[in-house]
Amino acid sequence: MMFVTACGGGTSKDNTKSNNGGKEVSGSLVVSGSSAMQPLVAAAAEEFMANNPKADIQVNAGGSGTGLSQVAEGSVQIGNSDVFAEEKEGIPANQLVDHKVAVVGITAAVNPKVGIKDISKDNLIKVFTGKITNWKDVGGKDQKIVLVNRPDASGTRAVFNKFGLNGATPAEGITEDSSNTVKKIVNETDGAVGYLAFSYFTDEKVTPLSIDGVEPTDENVQSGKFPIWAYEHSYTKGEPSGAAKAFLDYLMSDNVQNKLLKQQGYLPVTKMTVQRDAKGNQTKK
Amino acid sequence: MSEYTFTPYNVIRGDWCIMEKMVSAKDRLLKSGNNRMDGELRGKILVILCAVIMISATIAITIFLGTKGLQSFIKNGVSLIEFITSTNWNPTNQAKPEYGTLPFIFGSFAVTFLSALVAAPLGIGGAIFMTEIAPSWGRNILQPVIELLVGIPSVVYGFIGLSVLVPFIRENVGGLGFSLLSGTIVLSVMILPTVTTIATDSMSSLPKTLREGSYALGATRWQTIRKVLIPAALPTLLTAIVLGMARAFGEALAVQMVIGNVKDLPSSLLDASATLTTIITLNMGHTTYGSVENNTLWSMGLILLVMSFAFILLIRYLSSRRKM
Repeated sequence: MMFVTACGGGTSKDNTKSNNGGKEVSGSLVVSGSSAMQPLVAAAAEEFMANNPKADIQVNAGGSGTGLSQVAEGSVQIGNSDVFAEEKEGIPANQLVDHKVAVVGITAAVNPKVGIKDISKDNLIKVFTGKITNWKDVGGKDQKIVLVNRPDASGTRAVFNKFGLNGATPAEGITEDSSNTVKKIVNETDGAVGYLAFSYFTDEKVTPLSIDGVEPTDENVQSGKFPIWAYEHSYTKGEPSGAAKAFLDYLMSDNVQNKLLKQQGYLPVTKMTVQRDAKGNQTKK
Repeated sequence: MSEYTFTPYNVIRGDWCIMEKMVSAKDRLLKSGNNRMDGELRGKILVILCAVIMISATIAITIFLGTKGLQSFIKNGVSLIEFITSTNWNPTNQAKPEYGTLPFIFGSFAVTFLSALVAAPLGIGGAIFMTEIAPSWGRNILQPVIELLVGIPSVVYGFIGLSVLVPFIRENVGGLGFSLLSGTIVLSVMILPTVTTIATDSMSSLPKTLREGSYALGATRWQTIRKVLIPAALPTLLTAIVLGMARAFGEALAVQMVIGNVKDLPSSLLDASATLTTIITLNMGHTTYGSVENNTLWSMGLILLVMSFAFILLIRYLSSRRKM
């Protein structure tokens, strides 16, 4: 019961059978894609290889687009993505099988000197689309708003725009790819606002914003109250077999879902009480 | 040799290898007597092969980039005019995607020319210092310094720019710190070694008689440098600058970290901006192969290639002037 994945993608995996015990897995596996997922998958792969010395797993980053493209053309066995394959152009989504391995919550991060902790969704949209240009209009200090965006095709940006800004296109601003750089800029620049995954709010350098009074916590994402979150997907071409199947099963195991994910700042997909489909419709699980 | 005995000690010492070498040396000597023409031919084939590999690699890259880069115009129907003249870049807007790269083309040229403007006087000045003012000790100090600059990886330049230069500009000059100015300064330092090295070579290869003739006419050292040596070396000095510009034009990583990557045309030196290379590196990993977004990035790569050909043509033209 604990490991059953209620993936919308229609995968039927029998995880209850073995929790990386049983027979030893061998063979080599190449994983590529989402740089946001890379640390998590790499850490899981390390533990997996420690348990199965004959298995060899290589985890490359490169971006969600690269991961999806490479798994679709068969050059890697598992392609990681921050977004549904259906959302990316030129990917034969019907040939790919979706394995949702984790959930990541994202919220707006502001420079601590801005002086606000909560923002309404309407105001958030106005801030990011450039209709409000000073923090004093939303209850903060008299500081000019400085936007820090992600690249156009980035998965984090797509999720934030869709669920945080209700699909609005953000105004032009500084664009950075790496979350660490975004955090550094928001921390150092007066009036700066960007968006980050929950795992980056470990210190006081940036302030995470509550949206409509809902705090950006794991519990609120799991119960579906906090709107901005996304699945971290591992895609395979067709149903996985051999080492790929064993590794994906391991990702869904208690060890990864309840221990490793927490350490890395992700939310276990097994604890979600709501689910979402590729179109963004949210339903109770 | 016949009394040689194998002991484990000898084997450990590596004597076994000596034995093997001697056998192969004997073989080699026997073989070499065979045919001298054979060796000539083999050498010729070897170097021709090297040349062919280099040429075909260049041609292959050009063809690949050409076909990939033209896809967005042929297959996806993006207008070439819009691509290079529009200032709106919004490829992910599903209702009305826009593909204008003018701000990036402008950004690329702006940082390239501005950094050349900074690096050229510095580099040529350094070259004159090394060859004319203090050929012995000056060169001994400056040469290793310049070589050290070449060896620093671009990500380190970018990181120093991000942690030192950007906050410095934000606090002392104004703006966000992420700006054309930051990009220009980082690039200037990066292309300085290229400019200095080639300028030094050109200055030191000038015939000694030029200097002696000038001194004999009563010119001072500075007059000699300004009126005789610099004009004589000018074509190569220009080549040095253009080569530096070519490097600046293609640099991605360091610039990306300090320029801010804003998709609007900058209106001042303190505005954040973007270049062709930074947009490619930022977006490439997120796009899927064969999508319009991906193809437009390849088209930007094609623009970069065309520009580097233009730089090469310019260099060829400048160096052909020197021969006359």
